[in-house]
Amino acid sequence: MTVFIIRRLMQSLAVVLVMSFIVFGGVNIVGDPVEMMVSDEATQEEREKVIRSMGLDKPWYVQYGRFVAGALEGNLGKSFVYGEPALEIIIHRIPATFELALAALLLAIVIGIPLGVYAGLKPDTVASKSIMAGSILGFSLPTFWVGLMFIMVFAVILGWLPSTGRGDTVPLLGIDVSFLTLDGLAHLFLPALNLALFKISLVIRLARAGTREVVHQDYIKFARAKGLTNSRVVLVHLMKNIMIPVVTVLGLEFGGLIAFSVVTESVFAWPGMGKLIIDSIQSLDRPVIVAYLMIIVLIFVIINLVVDVLYSILDPRVRLSEMKS
Amino acid sequence: MSETAAPPAVPAPADAGKVETPFHRFCRDFAESRVATAALAVLAAIILLALFAPWVAPTDPYDLASVSILDSKLKPGSQSMDGLTYWLGTDGAGRDLVSAIIYGLRISLGVGVMSGVFALCIGTAVGLAAAYFGGRIDTFIMRVVDIQLSFPAILIALILLAILGKGVDKITIALVIAQWAYYARTVRASALVERNKEYIEAAQCLALGHNRIVFRHLFPNCLPPLIVVGTIQTAHAISLEATLSFLGVGLPISEPSLGLLISNGFDFMLSGLYWISFFPGVALLVTIVSINLVGDQLRDVLNPRLQK
Repeated sequence: MTVFIIRRLMQSLAVVLVMSFIVFGGVNIVGDPVEMMVSDEATQEEREKVIRSMGLDKPWYVQYGRFVAGALEGNLGKSFVYGEPALEIIIHRIPATFELALAALLLAIVIGIPLGVYAGLKPDTVASKSIMAGSILGFSLPTFWVGLMFIMVFAVILGWLPSTGRGDTVPLLGIDVSFLTLDGLAHLFLPALNLALFKISLVIRLARAGTREVVHQDYIKFARAKGLTNSRVVLVHLMKNIMIPVVTVLGLEFGGLIAFSVVTESVFAWPGMGKLIIDSIQSLDRPVIVAYLMIIVLIFVIINLVVDVLYSILDPRVRLSEMKS
Repeated sequence: MSETAAPPAVPAPADAGKVETPFHRFCRDFAESRVATAALAVLAAIILLALFAPWVAPTDPYDLASVSILDSKLKPGSQSMDGLTYWLGTDGAGRDLVSAIIYGLRISLGVGVMSGVFALCIGTAVGLAAAYFGGRIDTFIMRVVDIQLSFPAILIALILLAILGKGVDKITIALVIAQWAYYARTVRASALVERNKEYIEAAQCLALGHNRIVFRHLFPNCLPPLIVVGTIQTAHAISLEATLSFLGVGLPISEPSLGLLISNGFDFMLSGLYWISFFPGVALLVTIVSINLVGDQLRDVLNPRLQK
């Protein structure tokens, strides 16, 4: 077990190192940082002064060493746009993104499981068939366009819900959150539903497949034979057994929600780190881009590490097959 | 013996002469689903529209001489100054949306298919190499594939585009790098099964070269799952390109794909001009749904486990 975790940790470290190399190389080789720092009218002397002050006259490995050393100290440079340390700006935006992703996850479970279980219990009804057709549509619909249509219908035509921003926030354990105020909830609903759409389809499919498998098992027949009410059989006996794959897949998909929040945040002007990266790419704010890429890679590596370790605890086959190879 | 000569009571002998080729069986199985056949027809129509855009489109939306700013933001069904009907309305610059969508399809499909084909070639080569040679090469390649697949494709494409910048070539590179791993994993899985079959062993006993065995013997037998993954991933690529272009990190303004058209309409939507975003989105949706439906049916038809 320890060996397995250590190996996985080493692998994660390697991924972070490789990514830091790619990001650093991309920024300094493909793009030219001097171009962005120096105005067009600058003289040659001024240019060279900037190059020296940024350490760009040193060989690339010295520069890379400095970049890594700085990153380890939490120093990834100052934003050109905001004039503040890039890392702080991003960390400040993380709670908004996580709140949105968690809300989407919750919606996926609350909407997806009942629909999926229903479609699994009564597969031949018209309602079930429409649910499944809807889930195919949910997989195919481009997220950003659905977001636009939500704004169109609910904000512009009906005027029920606001379309941009986070609304009122209140501090909870030192972090500003939206979901505790009525205004914040109204602002949260549309983006969360938009982000959840794909996962709702996924949960419907998983819950339906699970239900169809479980419903023929002996323990369900036995529970029915005992004379338990239908609701108790479904809610207790069936539900418990279909939750395992649903929870596993959703855990794995949480990272995907954070990645896709880039799209939803841009559509709904949600002030999270996804909107920040798009804004930064457009304003060529390199330090923020680099810092974002490093942080998102770190978040993903941590999520993957946690999932892998949890898996190996839950399922010994995973770590045994790993040991052999 | 010709079919017309056979007595109608015994149609069997007429059929017995013909050997049903796998391709015929494939076509018949595919046509069993009406939805999938309809989707295929829609898809074919879309591809033709995209291919022949300059001849099919009512106007050339990017010819500055024929676009008039006086016609901007017209509702669907309005008439232009010179009597032309704008069935889907016009955008902020007075371009006919029908034409803009047809031209946009051309770019969206082009980028999607091109990146799909490149990713397929790279992924297939890598996957076949991993399965055929096994050992350390296999372990290394599959480790890289696993690590890459643990990141969502949109994130990888975004990282690359943040570094590379905008452009048709750049988004194609980004999509290829984001998607090759799916193909590699699919090909490796089926090649591993095929590799242990007798015909490969026989080919090896004949001392045929590695290239010949891999490409003439192993590869054709790995095609069915590859075709399925290919259709689904192409739909993904089109959707990803639209998303990234919408976010302003994909294609430049000079290459107006469907994603960019939708993005242009976003600015007008809050003032109630829904059609500028709505119709390009419908076109995108219809394209993606029809590719996915065709892909789904292909999976059912090509899966030997489901064959009766």
